[in-house]
Amino acid sequence: MCVPGQHARAISRSAQRRSNLDPVLLLAFDTATPAVTAAVHDGTAVLAETHQVDARRHGELLLPAIDRVLRAAGVDKHRLTGIAVGVGPGPYTGLRVGLVTAAALGHALGLPVHGVCTLDAIAHQARAEGLAGQPFTVATDARRKEVYWACYDADGRRTEGPGVDRPAELTPQPRSVGAGALLYPEAFPGAHGPEHVSAGALAAFAAAELAAGRELLPNVPLYLRRPDAQVPAGYKAVLPA
Amino acid sequence: MADEPLVLGIETSCDETGVGIVRGTTLLADAVASSVNDHARFGGVVPEIASRAHLEAMVPTIQRALDTAGVKAADLDGIAVTAGPGLAGALLVGVSAAKAYAWALDKPLYGVNHLASHICVDQLEHGRLPSPTMALLVSGGHSSLLLSEDITSDVRPLGATIDDAAGEAFDKVARVLGLGFPGGPVVDRTAREGDRKAIAFPRGLSGRNDPAYDFSFSGLKTAVARWVEAKRRAGEEVPIADVAASFQEAVTDVLTRKAVKACKDNGVDHLMIGGGVAANSRLREMAQQRCDRAGIRLRVPRPGLCTDNGAMVAALGSEMVWRDRTPSAFDLSADSSLPVTEVHVPHPDFHGQAYAALTGGTE
Ligand SMILES: [Zn+2]
Repeated sequence: MCVPGQHARAISRSAQRRSNLDPVLLLAFDTATPAVTAAVHDGTAVLAETHQVDARRHGELLLPAIDRVLRAAGVDKHRLTGIAVGVGPGPYTGLRVGLVTAAALGHALGLPVHGVCTLDAIAHQARAEGLAGQPFTVATDARRKEVYWACYDADGRRTEGPGVDRPAELTPQPRSVGAGALLYPEAFPGAHGPEHVSAGALAAFAAAELAAGRELLPNVPLYLRRPDAQVPAGYKAVLPA
Repeated sequence: MADEPLVLGIETSCDETGVGIVRGTTLLADAVASSVNDHARFGGVVPEIASRAHLEAMVPTIQRALDTAGVKAADLDGIAVTAGPGLAGALLVGVSAAKAYAWALDKPLYGVNHLASHICVDQLEHGRLPSPTMALLVSGGHSSLLLSEDITSDVRPLGATIDDAAGEAFDKVARVLGLGFPGGPVVDRTAREGDRKAIAFPRGLSGRNDPAYDFSFSGLKTAVARWVEAKRRAGEEVPIADVAASFQEAVTDVLTRKAVKACKDNGVDHLMIGGGVAANSRLREMAQQRCDRAGIRLRVPRPGLCTDNGAMVAALGSEMVWRDRTPSAFDLSADSSLPVTEVHVPHPDFHGQAYAALTGGTE
């Protein structure tokens, strides 16, 4: 599912050439954690994936990563059938790089954009890496001594969250994954990897949900916090009190 | 002319999401979505609110510009975007979008300088800029005197504000007078009813030994606040229109005097004024009078093109294509403090890459 207007009209012709008989070719990426990660998925498997951890350079790294991963997969961008993007929660400046890129690519290539909760993608990856069959918590670093978190049951369904809170205020499951859990071991005993999200896992999650006929999220950021209403320096009052 | 470059420009350096489409020096579309009302109660632009608004407005504003221009994205010759200076998080939304469009549509990307764009926009109104051109840029974010030999490659700063931008002083004075935000238009309107000689407010950096082309508006802003407060403490009514008119007179007096002096000193016979404050009616009037007296041709775009917009970015991008300037790379950064001398951000190894593509790439 997509936000109205974001793929209503393609501005290139590629969309019109596809039909339901074409194979699935998903481009997936996420910028909600310190990782800039992109992958191509054909509905069954990840064809290529790229992963760089640099929390301050999402803007520089994302488009080259997308270009690289498509080349590695040998996929022409005009053959893509959809885009899956992590919609957070995550630090806003980096998060928006992924979302605006997804919106613009969807618009320009005439592709639907599917939003995925980044924590769900990490949960999908954690289960694939051995946590299947037990409840667990995913937590990522929200800065300001807080974590973005969500809880999952033994079947991998999200039961609580996503939320943003101080670790001490949470009662996590016995097992936890993600950089937020690793950062606060007192609050998350038994924390382990995966640390950041992988676009391959995000793509696999999106492909499975779409194949099951379930709707994904709109391409809208999960900010979870209201904007800081601090005006920049220079606008401060000069009048003496 | 149909063979002139057709360029789409994206501007997100502050609170306006602007998308313009230009063919050569002809404006085809200028779509703007503004978040200014969301900032009003804070008395200034809140960066996070601006960034959120840019993300929401980006695709609809692009579509609106394409519809208005009646062109197909496939026919574009390039995508230009403000790479800086401006609010870092806000710039990043526009730069990321521009990259995605350029890459998806296989068009060259041009990361350009916001200040040079403010100058270049006048080409849409008055034709190609003469060489050299003197430019006075005044807005809420900048106050500069710039000398440009070639708007795509050579912009030299002669002077700038050493503290507040002129537009900030308008916002501050509007707040002191209880006129609301943004201050520029409302101070301009209020001043029309006032006596601009009523109060002698200070002219910053106008002494004999002061830097000839630099500006300072912090002292003026404080002087206005003190004058108004003194009136209020004395229980007297504040002559709001007179304060607005006298303040505006002090700002425009300094701006136009220094701009005309810069032209004369450098033997330049054209003065261009841009930026949001260039929409101020008294500034336009006084600049015209002083330029006429000095034999200088004044070029000021219409007010809608003076404020931040996508058309100005498209205008400069079109000029980049026209003059065959090197496009930007896809790892282009949004640079909140991009120096004014960097008119655009070319690919560091464009020719090397092109060569590699020719020799090693597929056919
Ligand atoms: Zn500006």
